[in-house]
Amino acid sequence: MKCLYYVPHALLLLLLGACNEGGLWNNPYPVNDQGKSIYYSAFSERPKHLDPASAYSENEYIFLAQIYQPPLQYHFLKRPYALVPQAASAMPAVSYLDQSNRPLPDDAPADKVAFSVYEIRLRPDLHYQPHPAFARNANGNLEYHALTARDLRNIHTLNDFPHSGTRNVLAADYVYQIKRLAHPAIHSPIVGLMSEYIVGLKEYVTTLQQAKEKYPGRFLNLHDYPLEGVQIVDDHTYRIKIHGKYPQFSYWLAMSFFAPMPVEAERFYAQPGMAERNLVLDWWPVGSGPYYLSENDPNRRMVLARNPNFSGETYPDEGEAGDREAGLLADAGKPLPLIDKVVFSLEKETIPYWNKFLQGYYDAAGISSDSFDQAVQVSVSGEANVTDEMKAQGIQLSTSVATSTMYMGFNWLDPVVGGASERATKLRRAISIAVDFEEFISIFANGRGISAQSPIPPGIFGYREGEAGINHYVYDWVNGAPRRKAIHEARQLLAEAGYPDGLDEKTKQPLVIYLDTTVSGVGSKSRLDWLRKQLEKINLQLVVRSTDYNRFQDKIRKGDTQMFYFGWNADYPDPENFLFLLHGAQGKVAKGGENASNYHNPEYDHLFERMKNMENGPERQKIIDEMLEILRRDAPWIWGQHPKDYVLRHAWLHNSKPNKMANNNVKYLRIDPAQREELRNRWNQPKLAPLWLGGLALVFLAGWLWRVLWQREQAR
Amino acid sequence: MIAYLIRRILYAIPILIGVNLLTFSLFFMVNTADDMARMQLGMKRVTPEAIEKWKQQHGYDKPLLLNLHASGGKVLTDTIFFQKSARMFAFDFGMSNDGRNIAREIQTRMLPSLAIALPTFLAGLFVYITFALMLTLFRATVLDMLGVALCVLLMSVSSLFYIIGGQFLVSKLWHWVPISGYAEGMDSFKFILLPVLIGVIGSVGSSSRWYRTIFLEEIGREYVRTARAKGLSELHVLFRHILKNAMIPILTGVVVVIPLLFMGSLLTESFFGIPGLGSYTIDAINAQDFGVVHAMVFLGSVLYIAGLVLTDISYTIVDPRVRLQ
Repeated sequence: MKCLYYVPHALLLLLLGACNEGGLWNNPYPVNDQGKSIYYSAFSERPKHLDPASAYSENEYIFLAQIYQPPLQYHFLKRPYALVPQAASAMPAVSYLDQSNRPLPDDAPADKVAFSVYEIRLRPDLHYQPHPAFARNANGNLEYHALTARDLRNIHTLNDFPHSGTRNVLAADYVYQIKRLAHPAIHSPIVGLMSEYIVGLKEYVTTLQQAKEKYPGRFLNLHDYPLEGVQIVDDHTYRIKIHGKYPQFSYWLAMSFFAPMPVEAERFYAQPGMAERNLVLDWWPVGSGPYYLSENDPNRRMVLARNPNFSGETYPDEGEAGDREAGLLADAGKPLPLIDKVVFSLEKETIPYWNKFLQGYYDAAGISSDSFDQAVQVSVSGEANVTDEMKAQGIQLSTSVATSTMYMGFNWLDPVVGGASERATKLRRAISIAVDFEEFISIFANGRGISAQSPIPPGIFGYREGEAGINHYVYDWVNGAPRRKAIHEARQLLAEAGYPDGLDEKTKQPLVIYLDTTVSGVGSKSRLDWLRKQLEKINLQLVVRSTDYNRFQDKIRKGDTQMFYFGWNADYPDPENFLFLLHGAQGKVAKGGENASNYHNPEYDHLFERMKNMENGPERQKIIDEMLEILRRDAPWIWGQHPKDYVLRHAWLHNSKPNKMANNNVKYLRIDPAQREELRNRWNQPKLAPLWLGGLALVFLAGWLWRVLWQREQAR
Repeated sequence: MIAYLIRRILYAIPILIGVNLLTFSLFFMVNTADDMARMQLGMKRVTPEAIEKWKQQHGYDKPLLLNLHASGGKVLTDTIFFQKSARMFAFDFGMSNDGRNIAREIQTRMLPSLAIALPTFLAGLFVYITFALMLTLFRATVLDMLGVALCVLLMSVSSLFYIIGGQFLVSKLWHWVPISGYAEGMDSFKFILLPVLIGVIGSVGSSSRWYRTIFLEEIGREYVRTARAKGLSELHVLFRHILKNAMIPILTGVVVVIPLLFMGSLLTESFFGIPGLGSYTIDAINAQDFGVVHAMVFLGSVLYIAGLVLTDISYTIVDPRVRLQ
């Protein structure tokens, strides 16, 4: 029993020992990292791919965008989103050719342009991160390119290789990466799309497939297989030749798919024994960007360290109105990156993530629904701001509308809700009025979203503010704001469609609408009940067909749906990237494309073909306006909402500006480590009273039990 | 005993084949190889050619159980089932759908799981048995009644409540340990303290009640009366006689779980950011990664069988009358 007395003391001592030389007890990071310029962030889902040819998800780009350097990038501060050079020394020089490869003037009409040639000149000062793939021995040969099983015996991570090296980034590396898009073992998601544009890429896929089958197991050096549409001009210049005119191609040049890949890296990882150790290019990137992946444990944390070979990029010296006042130009002209290290910790659950942010152990955080009321208060005028509790901690809020559209689609092939007939169109319009997305945003998203008037979100060319931009089939413009039409107008439309009071005129049976969804269970019940209630407003019955993800996708592919929830995140800030979702040639059932509602309208398709290759300007806007009018009239989607992102950041984090297109923003961030340490110390001092009280209670209880027992023994 | 062990190992082979077949059948009743490919290749711009290539590269372009286009033994061997199952028996788990070595992943994640599970198991065993012995010692008193009521109360609370409540009190309010995270070596202490504490407290109710029942059953036996008649103190009787004789039922429930400690705990590891095996299977089911699901179910079965064999062996240690033949 005596030992019980010492339990609280022992516990205290152990805790003190664990707090590492006087650091805070609840600090999850090593004491040695205190006061350093480290940015702490979190990720909730481990990335699947870190190969720039196959990665295509946001949770992969948060790492890759810091590591790889495509030729272009988005300006950090300017809005609307604008491309600027990154690895390129200037914006690509674009020239146009006719069918006979003769030059055309810059203003040649799109239908005359047979080929576009993008000439990209790279900055000569780019170097790769330190990596064993570049290490050379005394003879100047690559040191780790003929590894044996014996050499690999004690190798478990890249850090186990004693030497590393680097080299200049060459145009050949960019060409090599474009060829990799066609590699049969890589499965690049954009090879299908790029094969339609890059000259010779379609045939190149077959060439590489045949080469792989001819030499199974052998490393395929893509430099040995020329690709017609990609040419090296000199060490730092290359050309890409694409079919026709495709202005959006420049946006692709800002994505990791077009980042450089040194052949040494691919050859290094292709050696026998490397894959068994998880040493693969898909897991250990080799880039020339501001950071490199120094620790890769996706079950715990991913660490990016400053690339010592990175140079030549500075903080922008111009932005949009208000940036200077917001302090976003205070670091203008300073060499990037401004932070030495980035630690991404895995946080699967929102509660620990949120509490660690409040304790100062994450520098910025999103807001889950559970924490929304604690973090944000919305004023009478609808302006969101942080609560007094957050203000007291110096926490600031940034909001931005995502370049995404979350919508409910009608299947155009469905005999009830689909097709261009007046009956079906009026039915769809009636449902569009009845489903009150403003209410949905208010109830289920804490107001974080704006109701969509078309597929195009704000910030993308073609989006119109104000009255000109509203969907007048669903909204009226009242007192300077859109107001959803009254429900009696929806009922009227329904009656005109042949369903008065929700009853089919012919059969006198109630009209039943089916929603296919992957959501099910208690968590989503309220949303589905809400949706049922919306349709009940016009006396329609909604039947929810919940299914698993595979069956849902299968139904969409086969067109076996009536209504469904879907969403789209922009690949690039161009209206074409949203309007193609309703292009007939993209029909999911007919063509296996991205038009999940299988909408088909020849007039719309014709306008789309005209619009897609145009430069932004009044003429393009006019065509987009016409297209949107057709879409609003036909109502193939309930336009849904554009979500709003709310991000909180601590006072010590500077240069944080939401940029929904770019993911390489970490290099611009700046931390004030001294302020962070001071505030963390103030917020996280351990409270010892409960420990002592608990210890005393334990001792008292033990003593009392001992006494009772002793008395019982005496009584025997 | 050697013959007994060999016989148990031979019995395990058909069980493991059955488990393999069942896992395979259940998985492919819900998923197809095309679904797996789509899940891996992503939502956007996936072409049918890409799906075919993925299946070919990952060995999912073969028939599931019977290859009727093949001849001879290949009817059975040139199938997804055989190709993916046969190597399991050599503990070659192959690669996951995202190209990682499954065996290496299990090896890496096993240690953090064990770092939580082993102390929780040992500390839990100590606390539950001590608490149950105390209740037995004060049986049929107010203290016993209060103890049992406390056990029932603790049993009624969800484990999620213990985790969230524990994190709120200990980490958020009192700032004693980090809310979540993990480190290796001695630095791991402050990260595992709270999950272990919560793990122990979370099972106090059910486990202590179970041990109390075992001890109460023993306390009415003849040898206990004899010991008391010899004038031994109650504590002596409890620790030297009752505890020793209650070992067989205790071991039956305890030893079988020892090998499974490696498999981790889903909730604890998710909330505390422990990079263990707890969520590996669930994540793999969500990602439709048959390789990982298959490997984890196989490993779980092997460990469970090992646990049962260890339980049998442990009987011979605590009770000399038991012989394994």
